[in-house]
Amino acid sequence: MTTRTIKVDYLARVEGEGALDLHIENGEVTAANLRIFEPPRFFEAFLRGRSYTELPDIVARICGICPIAYQLGAIQAVEDAFEVTVDPQVSALRRLIYCGEWIQSHALHVVMLHAPDFLGYPDAIQMAEQHREAVRRGLALKQAGNALMCLLGGREIHPVSLRAGGFHRVPTKRELEVLCDEMKQARDLAKELVIWVSSFPFPAFERDYEFVALRHDQDYPITAGRIVSSEGIDIAIGDYEHEFEERQVPHSTALQSSVKRRGAYLVGPMARYAINHDRLPQSVQELADSAGIGPICRNPFQSIVIRALEILHACDEAVRLIAAYEEPSRPFAPVEPRAAVGFGCTEAPRGICWHRYEFAEDGTIRNARIVPPTSQNQSSVEADLKAVAALLVDKADNAIRTRCEMTIRNYDPCISCAAHFLKLTVHRP
Amino acid sequence: MANFLRLAVWKFASCDGCQLTLLDCEDELLALAEAVDLAYFPEASSKMAQGPYDLSLVEGSITTAHDAQRIRDVRAQSKHVVTIGACATSGGIQALRNFADVGDFVAAVYARPDYIDTLETSTPISAHVTVDFELQGCPVDKRQLLEVIGAFLTNRKPVIPEYSVCFECKRRGNICVMVKGEPCLGPVTHAGCGAICPAYRRACYGCFGPMEAPNLPALSEEWRQMGAAKGQIRDVLRTFYGWSDPFRRESNAHDN
Ligand code: SF4
Ligand code: SF4
Repeated sequence: MTTRTIKVDYLARVEGEGALDLHIENGEVTAANLRIFEPPRFFEAFLRGRSYTELPDIVARICGICPIAYQLGAIQAVEDAFEVTVDPQVSALRRLIYCGEWIQSHALHVVMLHAPDFLGYPDAIQMAEQHREAVRRGLALKQAGNALMCLLGGREIHPVSLRAGGFHRVPTKRELEVLCDEMKQARDLAKELVIWVSSFPFPAFERDYEFVALRHDQDYPITAGRIVSSEGIDIAIGDYEHEFEERQVPHSTALQSSVKRRGAYLVGPMARYAINHDRLPQSVQELADSAGIGPICRNPFQSIVIRALEILHACDEAVRLIAAYEEPSRPFAPVEPRAAVGFGCTEAPRGICWHRYEFAEDGTIRNARIVPPTSQNQSSVEADLKAVAALLVDKADNAIRTRCEMTIRNYDPCISCAAHFLKLTVHRP
Repeated sequence: MANFLRLAVWKFASCDGCQLTLLDCEDELLALAEAVDLAYFPEASSKMAQGPYDLSLVEGSITTAHDAQRIRDVRAQSKHVVTIGACATSGGIQALRNFADVGDFVAAVYARPDYIDTLETSTPISAHVTVDFELQGCPVDKRQLLEVIGAFLTNRKPVIPEYSVCFECKRRGNICVMVKGEPCLGPVTHAGCGAICPAYRRACYGCFGPMEAPNLPALSEEWRQMGAAKGQIRDVLRTFYGWSDPFRRESNAHDN
């Protein structure tokens, strides 16, 4: 019997600390473990006893790359619990700042972290020697996303302006209009980006995922919708726990999610796209078509194209939202705490980020549960790894290792996020 | 790249935000990469070259025995060690465990606490090794970060003001939120952000940590007169810089 173990001790170009162990016995892949050894930071535990007013600032620190996903999910849960109705223009501004988060996070991943894999570089800096324009374009897109975060949120990492009921301060129409040209330029850059990434050499590989994403009446989902899956789930966000569960595995500080009775599922750009293709404007659908992506894409390596398409859509949305903006009469609606439970769920760049909080009468948090996208995808990553490696068992370790790392990066995993959330369902062996 | 100064970026327990600040220097990143050898920066590159390094930027706090060892290795390989951010400089938000029983925290979060290997505390880098400079902020400010890197690469002292956010507020022309009766941490908080919160019509919550020699008892007295309860003062101090000496001392004075 021949046994091979392939290890990647420290995954590069991912957010957070993770590693990979692959076991091959007699030419068969027996195990693929994505080890998340990011030290746990216990957010759900220390949120207990804190006031709902502190929530947005604290949960932002779960992740520096997608703070809005945490802030807005938590804020939605507060508003759900305390029955706060927000001004439609405030909702529009939330979508706008979230477009900023998508643009900067996706641009970072697509150009700086993922593209080097396809073109054979260790990083974007080396890649810039031959592909300077492409790297510049990526940085310019990232900057455009950050400009939205900065204006609406005060700064790009851990914005300070979001609060329950709305914003501490909303921008004036003039301030927003100043960004309009930048967003129009960004839209053109995003089109070029789609064309560039769709020319990459993609490994021939497909898997049959259960896609899970939000679905909204009109919009391509970002801040709102029902939780829908390609296998027939269609529930309000408050019913998440009826359909999904989490399990702790020995090799990871992150919990792994699954659909009850079915198993692994996929969240993120590929899932959003598959479930909401018809919600994209005609122009984006056509570009997707010419980039070789049908209404459903099952090749995870092509997720880079879908991210680029989502950048384009977010830029379009930003232009549209800025044009339609009218300053709300007040920046935030009043909030009256009461004893209640509330839920929040939005589409983080990496997929749905789900929150549940239980509040005491005075608005202090009794219990918190946050399910970030990376933990939901973890089983799916491992299944991809097994399938990818199975096609390469005859190859040298290095070739397998490289392809596996690339497979993990398809997910743009945010390991810092994945390692901090509360488990309520208890499984004991 | 033998003649280039070798830069390394390390991550410990953190949210990645301070490293991201470096990547958020969109206008300067390529120039920086041409001026130095980015020898080790796993968040951005698979290169991961061996030490020694001229400058190590360290993000995140120490929360595991393994990390306590790893930071000693980083120190041994680095000519200069600079911590970036609240986590690395004061233990960060995860230092809230230091005020509680970490066993309770683990049990609250994980069904199998035995799989989890963690220290009882989250401590700053300086509690483990000698640090050459500490840059505050959660997250650090871009301009300050570039200033610190530039200073170490050219062998001079970084020019980072030690005064409070209030000075920046005045410079930005903000209306003081305390005047409106909102308890603000600006008077004791280290400058660097450019007074973002007051510019966005809210009170500073101290995310740049204590300024040099802050007078916390005087500020809490002011807060009390504005109607802040003991628990509120304790909680606001125990957030991103709760384990820094001045904030910890004052928060303990307001613990029941
Ligand atoms: S100091 Fe704040 S921004 Fe920096 S890593 Fe820690 S939590 Fe993130
Ligand atoms: S909390 Fe204070 S230090 Fe932090 S951004 Fe706001 S004003 Fe600046």
